[in-house]
Amino acid sequence: MKKEYTCIICPNGCELEAEIEGTEIIAIEGAACSKGTDYVRQELVDPQRNIATSVLVANGDIPLVSVRLSNPIPKAEIFAVVNEIKKVKLTAPVMLGQVIIKNVLGLNADVIATKQVGVKRVS
Amino acid sequence: MAVINKEVVIVGGGPAGLAAAVQLRNKGINDIVILEREKQLGGILRQCIHDGFGLTRFKQTLSGPEYSARFIDQVAAMNIEYITDTTVIDITPGKKVIAVSKAGLLEYQAKAVVLAMGCRERTRGAIGIPGTRPAGIYNAGVAQAYINLHNTMVGKEAVILGSGDIGMIMARRMTLEGARVKAVFELQPYPSGLPRNIEQCLNDYGIPLHVSHTITNIKGHSRLEGVTVSQVDENLKPIPGTEKDYACDTLILSVGLIPENELSLACGVELDERTKGAVVDENYQTTVPGVFAAGNVLQVHDLVDFVSLEAEALADSVVEYITAGRLPGCGIRITTDAAVSHTIPQQISGGKDVKISLRVRKPLKNCVIDVLQGETVIKTIKLKKAIPAEMIQFKLEQAALKSTDTIKVVVK
Repeated sequence: MKKEYTCIICPNGCELEAEIEGTEIIAIEGAACSKGTDYVRQELVDPQRNIATSVLVANGDIPLVSVRLSNPIPKAEIFAVVNEIKKVKLTAPVMLGQVIIKNVLGLNADVIATKQVGVKRVS
Repeated sequence: MAVINKEVVIVGGGPAGLAAAVQLRNKGINDIVILEREKQLGGILRQCIHDGFGLTRFKQTLSGPEYSARFIDQVAAMNIEYITDTTVIDITPGKKVIAVSKAGLLEYQAKAVVLAMGCRERTRGAIGIPGTRPAGIYNAGVAQAYINLHNTMVGKEAVILGSGDIGMIMARRMTLEGARVKAVFELQPYPSGLPRNIEQCLNDYGIPLHVSHTITNIKGHSRLEGVTVSQVDENLKPIPGTEKDYACDTLILSVGLIPENELSLACGVELDERTKGAVVDENYQTTVPGVFAAGNVLQVHDLVDFVSLEAEALADSVVEYITAGRLPGCGIRITTDAAVSHTIPQQISGGKDVKISLRVRKPLKNCVIDVLQGETVIKTIKLKKAIPAEMIQFKLEQAALKSTDTIKVVVK
């Protein structure tokens, strides 16, 4: 069966045309690099995505810290993970790279801060 | 007001300004100041919390804040002076820079000025959408700032006009925050953002994209209540009878970016009708000697990695300018045919290899870029695909040049 994909691994966004049998790739065309094949294989078996959102910070110089996952997670778990992240409240300071939730929902990915939030200055 | 002398004044502390500052310092220029309007450095990357930045530059995928932090950390480590909460209000052709800061008015006399002010979003007014003027209509980047910086949700049921990258990224972001995004409508017959964003921001969340559509009415008084959408013909004119109503409380506009050029104009910098940014030569020097431009203030980029690289190339030229007092003349003009929207630079010297950036006007498959001098093809690049969303860059070797005649870049 022929199937079309848009690779999301890099900004090239290669348009891939793959010949597929079950979960096996027979042939693939249109990929500018080897990552295209890996991407299609993953899409067939278990599509993975990274997500970014933000977490409330008390007493910070800004009200939110941006967060992302250290690794992609199964696409089907995105909303479960977002809900888990929403439960968290932090207090400043927050460091860039700080682990906010370790191994979120047992998916082998940590939620990490992508911004530094300093303590609100009292003036 | 005491005049402060500086070798280089950089206007804007976003990815272009930061990369230029670091590269200038690397090349031995110590007397630099970055002037930033916001409270923090980082520019628009502060609110771009999604990942996908830095693949070209750092070989890994980072969020916007992480990408900018790499440069901000270097600026701090190198003790490069920067002033935030400071708005530049005037730049003169003599390279005086006037800024308003919390400490009052500041006047700098620079040897060279770097324009790195980025771009702004095209608005509802600019594209002339009819209807009432209720609350609930946001530019995509404004909605992004509300949600990602100010902890304010913009609405519950949204429609998006324009398939620019920021609009698609906001479609995903709002969905993750519990809103329902009903559809994205695009005027052109093809999407205007990157294919990967159509995939991971729209398709992943079941958000339909309708090309050749536009909004023909806006309804609601205090708050937006709905929009009317129509199909458009090949001349982009709405087709009567195709109207469809969508109830929504939020309309997100992602209808293009325009270089931020008020200061460039005040300084007397010549602008390019097509890029809406400055006309520059191969040194990123504008038509005002000693005034340089790079990043989204020069041309709207698809990737921040290319903004950083452009700003670093600019910094190399600034060093040369300060050291030598002037740069070689750039008498060879670069023109394009109708299939190419523009090139950067617009003028070159013919004395060195140059990087040419361009965009195509329409999606093309298996196309060829030809560089001509007169009737002679001096370089050919073959591409599997070219789309307006992606900036194309190639190197034009000095050795390829046949004369000082005008160069023409054509795509077929």
